[in-house]
Amino acid sequence: MDMSYSAVMSRKNEIMKNAVGIDYSRYEKEGIAFDYDRMMDEVGYTLDEVKAIQSETSVGNTPLVELKEINRLVKILSEKGKGARIFLKDEAANPSGSYKDRRASVSVYEAKKRGYKGVIAATSGNYGAAVASQAAKRGLKCIIVQETFDSRGVGQPEIVEKARACEGYGAEVVQLTVGPELFYYFLVLLEETGYFNASLYTPFGIAGVEPLGTELTRQMKEKTGKPADYVIVTHAGGGNLTGTARGLLKADSGSKVIAASVDLSGLHMASDTDFNRKSFTTGHTGFGIPFATFPDRSDVPRNAARALRYMDRYLILTQGEVFYVTELLAQLEGMQRGPAGNTSLCAAIALARELDENETVVVQETEYTGAGKCPSAQLTFARENGVKVYNGDPKDNKPGEAIVIPGDPKQLHYTQMPLEKVRKSYVKQAMKLYSKKAFSETELDFMVKDANTNREELERYIKELES
Amino acid sequence: MQETAKKGQWVKIHNILLKAGERSPRVPEDTRKVPLEMWLNGFLKDAEASIGETVTIESFIGRQVKGTLVEIEPAYEHSFGKPINELLNIGPKVRKILEGSSK
Repeated sequence: MDMSYSAVMSRKNEIMKNAVGIDYSRYEKEGIAFDYDRMMDEVGYTLDEVKAIQSETSVGNTPLVELKEINRLVKILSEKGKGARIFLKDEAANPSGSYKDRRASVSVYEAKKRGYKGVIAATSGNYGAAVASQAAKRGLKCIIVQETFDSRGVGQPEIVEKARACEGYGAEVVQLTVGPELFYYFLVLLEETGYFNASLYTPFGIAGVEPLGTELTRQMKEKTGKPADYVIVTHAGGGNLTGTARGLLKADSGSKVIAASVDLSGLHMASDTDFNRKSFTTGHTGFGIPFATFPDRSDVPRNAARALRYMDRYLILTQGEVFYVTELLAQLEGMQRGPAGNTSLCAAIALARELDENETVVVQETEYTGAGKCPSAQLTFARENGVKVYNGDPKDNKPGEAIVIPGDPKQLHYTQMPLEKVRKSYVKQAMKLYSKKAFSETELDFMVKDANTNREELERYIKELES
Repeated sequence: MQETAKKGQWVKIHNILLKAGERSPRVPEDTRKVPLEMWLNGFLKDAEASIGETVTIESFIGRQVKGTLVEIEPAYEHSFGKPINELLNIGPKVRKILEGSSK
């Protein structure tokens, strides 16, 4: 068989169909439009089914922790009557140490049910460890394909740690240098092994996260008598936000959903030289914005993670601020966690100061930490790769050049990414990718929902972008 | 460093998946100039092999893969890094703020 890049890529649809077991063509409507709700209902599982699947492998039901010392600090830093209470969902308590176990659990269950011998996932993050761990629990083989090294062979410490974790759970770990052609080798492996593609972006992965939203709502009611006013989600590929928000809706929580990402603007995600100038491997704008504006860029034909549908606000933080907050969580709350959830925690602290003291904010994840992942590991690596690290005003932070750690907790603040800008960018992508300046009624209806906008606004964006 | 590996030993192999000229036209120029490389750990199948030789390994899940032997008993050497003063001063400072307010 021809294994050249172009030959393998031309077999993509057939390979993927065999490897996911979903006939996506059933949900296609016209152009950009497809039946998202029907896909989620038919392919995914109900909340109760997901809970049953997850209880078999000890996933979920993580503690919700009130951050009492941080909250005391927030009150001191806030004006009288301000300073919302922050709660943290300790997802590090999942078997492999992150919420990603939720996402992997249903996919691995599905793979086993359908008789696949193994699962493959393309991921450099916690998801690899989660798939490996769930596969171990269900007796399936597992391959994880990672983008790990730059062309000098220097590995991002957080990703190297993830390789160690995956191997620790018995997975084969294929490590590659930088580049989106990782997908090519991913297809080669799927074709060779006939394994299941445990993609992050199938309805299984998203259904697996929904109980996170219902659990935290129940826990908040127990602790405070009402659902959370705000739930902050660290946003990258969009699955965490989509799944959590769908859970919150199913729990009828009324909570506002806030996305938070670390600013990595100016660094190219596929650049060999930029690769090791990033001190965050996920939860950043390099994934957050492209996946919000064009979700179907993922490794399946239709992405079940559609964050823009569910996002009420989008807050951006700097790397230095998130490192600061990671240290704060350890020093004041006795919890060494992160980095991932700490992007949300940073947003939560800045936001809580503006909110009323009787309001509540939930940061919906933590992750395990350790060698390669903790701030000292990342900052040592940053310095070795020519990035400056110093105390100062976070406004001077420049991705890839300077990580500025605040000198004072008052300096923690967020930048708001206007959702109108993200929506307009969504429309721009749609026009570019479908080479269209006009859309059908079916497409317009879909885009209104997918970009969480209204018909008038959508038509205005199209008009503005035409010229 | 050990130069020769024996059958069954845990080793690392290396392969070039795409040469510099074969890369996707969509990748940035700096990435296009370098090959797409791959590394994989596994148990050596050959009776004996030296660094730089083409060998076959059996991966953790039993897949047989060919490649150039580059490391014998590869170790994970990522660490906790060095002490970072800019972080170390955070705890004492915020504790002072908290203590000051409870007086």
